[in-house]
Amino acid sequence: MIPIDLIQSTAVSLMDKAAIEIPDDYLSGLKQAAAVEDGDLSSFVLQAMLENYKAAKEDRRAMCGDTGCPRWYVKMANEATIEGGPVALEAALRRATAQATNGVPLRPNRVHPLWRTDHDNNVGINAPEIEVAFEPDGDWIDLTTVHKGGLFGTDYRMLFPSDGIEGIKRFYLDSLVAFGKRGLSCQPAIIGIGLGGSKDTCMVLGKRAACLRTVGDRNPDSGIAKLEEEFKELGNSIGMGAMGFVGKSMVIDCHIEVGYCHTGGMQMSVHAFCLSSRRACARIHSNGTVDYRTDPQWFTPYQRRETVEWPATQPSRKSA
Amino acid sequence: MAGNAAFKKVRLKTEPSADDLRELAIGDVVYLDGTVYTAREGVYRRVIEEGEPLPLDLPAQSGANFHSSPAATINPEGTFIIRAVTATASFRFSKWIGQWLDKSGAKLILGKGGMSSADYRQHFVPHGAIYLTTVGYGTGALLGRGVSGVKSVHWRDELGLAQAMWVIRVENFGPFIVESDLDGNSLFERENAKIAAGLDKVYEGTRPAVLKRFGETDDRSDEVI
Ligand code: SF4
Repeated sequence: MIPIDLIQSTAVSLMDKAAIEIPDDYLSGLKQAAAVEDGDLSSFVLQAMLENYKAAKEDRRAMCGDTGCPRWYVKMANEATIEGGPVALEAALRRATAQATNGVPLRPNRVHPLWRTDHDNNVGINAPEIEVAFEPDGDWIDLTTVHKGGLFGTDYRMLFPSDGIEGIKRFYLDSLVAFGKRGLSCQPAIIGIGLGGSKDTCMVLGKRAACLRTVGDRNPDSGIAKLEEEFKELGNSIGMGAMGFVGKSMVIDCHIEVGYCHTGGMQMSVHAFCLSSRRACARIHSNGTVDYRTDPQWFTPYQRRETVEWPATQPSRKSA
Repeated sequence: MAGNAAFKKVRLKTEPSADDLRELAIGDVVYLDGTVYTAREGVYRRVIEEGEPLPLDLPAQSGANFHSSPAATINPEGTFIIRAVTATASFRFSKWIGQWLDKSGAKLILGKGGMSSADYRQHFVPHGAIYLTTVGYGTGALLGRGVSGVKSVHWRDELGLAQAMWVIRVENFGPFIVESDLDGNSLFERENAKIAAGLDKVYEGTRPAVLKRFGETDDRSDEVI
């Protein structure tokens, strides 16, 4: 049984870490981009960001004044039980969100869409989002918080099989160029692409591809992995860098996730995880130990399974 | 800071003279000293649409309007803590900016992403105002270091923490980049034009979507703002 107090205190620490400490994988990706950036203005921006991450950690202050919309991803291993059950878990995460908003402090971003009511704590109707998934074997739970910023850089489009890879590329470039001008999407970003599913799952997959995978990680389908590499390069060849200045650092990495879709369609979403790619995770074991990390390890073979049974009783499709 | 030796770095007062501003060219790097205040849609609506009087003497007390909401907390005893600040995108305030410059006498608009050069020519140039853009835009911790104190917070109850008018003392507050000059030239638009020239080549081998959208354009020199 995992004690609820431990869940809440871990969640508060995660909120703090996410807001203040840029994850190492994104940081090294950005350093690599800075090393090859030759646009003078773009390069100035990247250097300022590198200083900013240092300042945030040194002073223990939020790296960006827009602290995004905090949300939670919870993964429960099959044998884990939570003191008080799932309702207590949700309450603990809502409390941790409110507490950290005052403690770090974070900006109270969440308001009612029509009445603009602000509780000054980032908690409200459907906020923070709490998404849950399961994993076979084990008695732990994983908590991941993502503080995604950015009102710009994300888009959805219904494509069709006849659009092909050329159509996917076009929509990808359109999203990068449209929102990259003036740096609206705060690039260089981790770009997540969702393909397939239905409209809502396509958005969810793209967002998770951007926020729940680390820089350098590749999709296990070798065909998709190749596309990820190609798209990263394509994004960096637009001629645009940070803040939309001339340069070549648009994309720190590109991640693609897929879901089976209607036979007639090919849904596509694009998400940009910005210069403040904030995520923090912890595994809480039933024996009370807590391991912190920055890799959500969300997309396991189980999450990407395509067979009826698990473990798979039939081999999955090998990509070309 | 490595790699920025080429940039002119300027310390500027938040109530600059016309001469100070004339010295600045787009692309220069600026750090501010003095007092800035936040004002965005909540404040603009109140002052411009509802005719509420300004809660402080502008521009005497500050000539710098920051499009921002701070990541801040109000302590139970009424003191404020600001740790990080980042700007919000300014193009959405286009419909109010002319009247705001009239009423506030602001000479510096600080924000994210600039506004269009049409706005600069129509509203900024006649008021002798320029636009300074924040950098990144995620430099919230660096900007936070430049905040030396909160002078006052207006309309906190009426507008909430995020939309309230925060009056903030700043020292070596930056970095900012000069986005528009006194003639209304825009750095972003200059860069856009350079990049647009190479876009057709980048798009080679792509195909327009089978299903179109109303109002869609393939003119890549266009902007979404
Ligand atoms: S998009 Fe990211 S870096 Fe940019 S202002 Fe928002 S949170 Fe900060």
